[in-house]
Amino acid sequence: MAVVSADSTVMNNVEAVRATLYEALKNDDRTVIIGEDVGARGNVFLITKDFVAEFGEHRVIDTPIAEASIVGIAIGMAMEGLRPIAEIQFADFIYPSFNQIVGEAAKTRYRSNGEYTCPLVIRTPYGGGVRGALSHSVSVEALFYHVPGLKIVAPSFPADVKGLLNTAIDDPDPVLFLEHKKTYRLIKGEVPNGHYTIPFGKANVLKEGTQLTVVSYGLYVHWAVEAARALQDDGLSVEVIDLRSIRPMDKTTILNSVEKTRKLLIIHEDNKFGGIGAEISAMVAEEALFHLDAPIRRLCGPDVPAMGYALPLEEEFMSSPAEMADAMREMVKF
Amino acid sequence: MASTDIATGTLERHGLSDDQLRAIFRNMLLQRQLDNRGFQLNRQGKVPFALGSEGHEALQAGAAMAFNRGLDVLAPYYRDLGLCLGIGLSPYEILLSIFARASDHNGGRQFPNHYSSKAAGLMSFSSILAAHLPHAVGAAYAIKYRGETGRAVLATCGDGTTSEGEWHESMNFASIHKLPFVMLVENNEWAISTPLAKQMAEPQIWKRAAGYGMPGRRFNGFDPIETYAAVKEAMDRARSGGGPTLVEGTCYRYLAHSTDDNDMTYRTREMVAERRKQDPVPAFEAVLIEHGIVTAGDVAAMRKSVLDETNEATDTAEMQPYPQPSDLYTNIYEGAWQPWQS
Repeated sequence: MAVVSADSTVMNNVEAVRATLYEALKNDDRTVIIGEDVGARGNVFLITKDFVAEFGEHRVIDTPIAEASIVGIAIGMAMEGLRPIAEIQFADFIYPSFNQIVGEAAKTRYRSNGEYTCPLVIRTPYGGGVRGALSHSVSVEALFYHVPGLKIVAPSFPADVKGLLNTAIDDPDPVLFLEHKKTYRLIKGEVPNGHYTIPFGKANVLKEGTQLTVVSYGLYVHWAVEAARALQDDGLSVEVIDLRSIRPMDKTTILNSVEKTRKLLIIHEDNKFGGIGAEISAMVAEEALFHLDAPIRRLCGPDVPAMGYALPLEEEFMSSPAEMADAMREMVKF
Repeated sequence: MASTDIATGTLERHGLSDDQLRAIFRNMLLQRQLDNRGFQLNRQGKVPFALGSEGHEALQAGAAMAFNRGLDVLAPYYRDLGLCLGIGLSPYEILLSIFARASDHNGGRQFPNHYSSKAAGLMSFSSILAAHLPHAVGAAYAIKYRGETGRAVLATCGDGTTSEGEWHESMNFASIHKLPFVMLVENNEWAISTPLAKQMAEPQIWKRAAGYGMPGRRFNGFDPIETYAAVKEAMDRARSGGGPTLVEGTCYRYLAHSTDDNDMTYRTREMVAERRKQDPVPAFEAVLIEHGIVTAGDVAAMRKSVLDETNEATDTAEMQPYPQPSDLYTNIYEGAWQPWQS
């Protein structure tokens, strides 16, 4: 971590998660981290490295390999006054805890009519491009964004990781915090020093443009900016929005942009059918159909169970910056 | 039934006073009355659904007497009417749940028998079996983490729930961390229609304790005093840092699973009648009379007071308003909420 000024530090996404978790443990005795290999191993990406030495095994809790109860035990801790941060080692392993997240955490406040609450953060690395094969590459956001009672964020930049993770930790309700694992060490950026929060439900316009709105999040938002910048040399003006927050989602930023550019392209790594892009498309069709000069388009993962281990299978699943640029060009010229 | 010392003819009461023994018996009478009331209201067309705990009365009244109000936490399941009464819920609160009224703890959202009360230390739970057990273990972790000795979590389930993966995960984690946690299994031999033999090859559930490295014990759940002794021993061990215990009480489910179940499709009247001979309510009444703890007149007065209390609770609860349609939209998150934010 390089300090570039008194006010900020350059970090990658791993370092941003780590620094934020460290402060949470330091500042609130109620905070505990619970997950597989978070203790002596310091998490498989070294996010919690050395935490156990400083905070103790009772606060950085290595669990048996049992994802349902990692989340379930964290729910019980939250109901009884702690502020747990649970970790699912890879998003692909979240399925055994599906009921605990959807059936229990998301409904604790609702089913007790507010008598019990569940202030819980579930962090998990997701996404492909790392040769992770079928079970270390998936995107899980669409499985959960259908569920009232949950909040879901997927930051792409280190500064957003810190601000949104602080908001998640302070939040009185369960938050699913998705970290794209390919961005962990790939993406570096300045992170303001000191404590700050970024509200959920606020997207970020990364690049302004006038001819096309691109909405994305996660790894792809970086590639979308790269593609949009390349098109700028050809005189094409593309606006790129980083959603950051998936539930709640920022309607105003999307609509303002679409009403300006009159065209919408949604890019995400998760499958197209029933994905986040479907909800955004429906919202824009409901609220801004007559502002559109072209059909909405989605550039998303194909309708296959997962990306394969072999490089051609992974590359075929994922969209490249070049494919993104092609889609943008076609949309602008429509 | 409750053991009598053959030499002295005295009742082995495990420290329970006459008042406590009478309170246990009254709880058992109240359970049966309220159970029947739920089924009656359903047959009258006043409520869509009811669940019974009949056959579990002694087990639950005895276990509840081992619960320290204001300190311990209860993580029950949906067949725990007597436990919830025994830790402080009133018949009126039970009837509010049956009628799904706005002033019910859950605001009329949950099925009957899915009680919760933060004030009583009664954790909210769903209908998904074993999902509450990691919550109970997490609560026990929080108690130990804060160094709160003298508190423990009593979690319960039926025999059916012991087949769930989260039952195992919870037992395992509780034992690794020596948590103040007691797993009370109410073995009534039925998982709706599925008998024990189709649920598990080894029907003595308490034996699994050895596999988790914790003490285990089986007791006669038709005997409230034996139940109290077993659960109290386990809770005392948990409260004093001795770690978790698995206790298994044997009982029987006399009624169908719920008002929507017809148990004659999978068992016979004769099978149930045979087990009715062990009915814990008249059996415990006989013990208390034999040992001079109550008279037949006392029992008649208790039955009348339980009926009066149930009738009054029924009438008062029925008059309470339903939740408003607008209540559908509250308490999803803290504060107002829209998935699309502007």
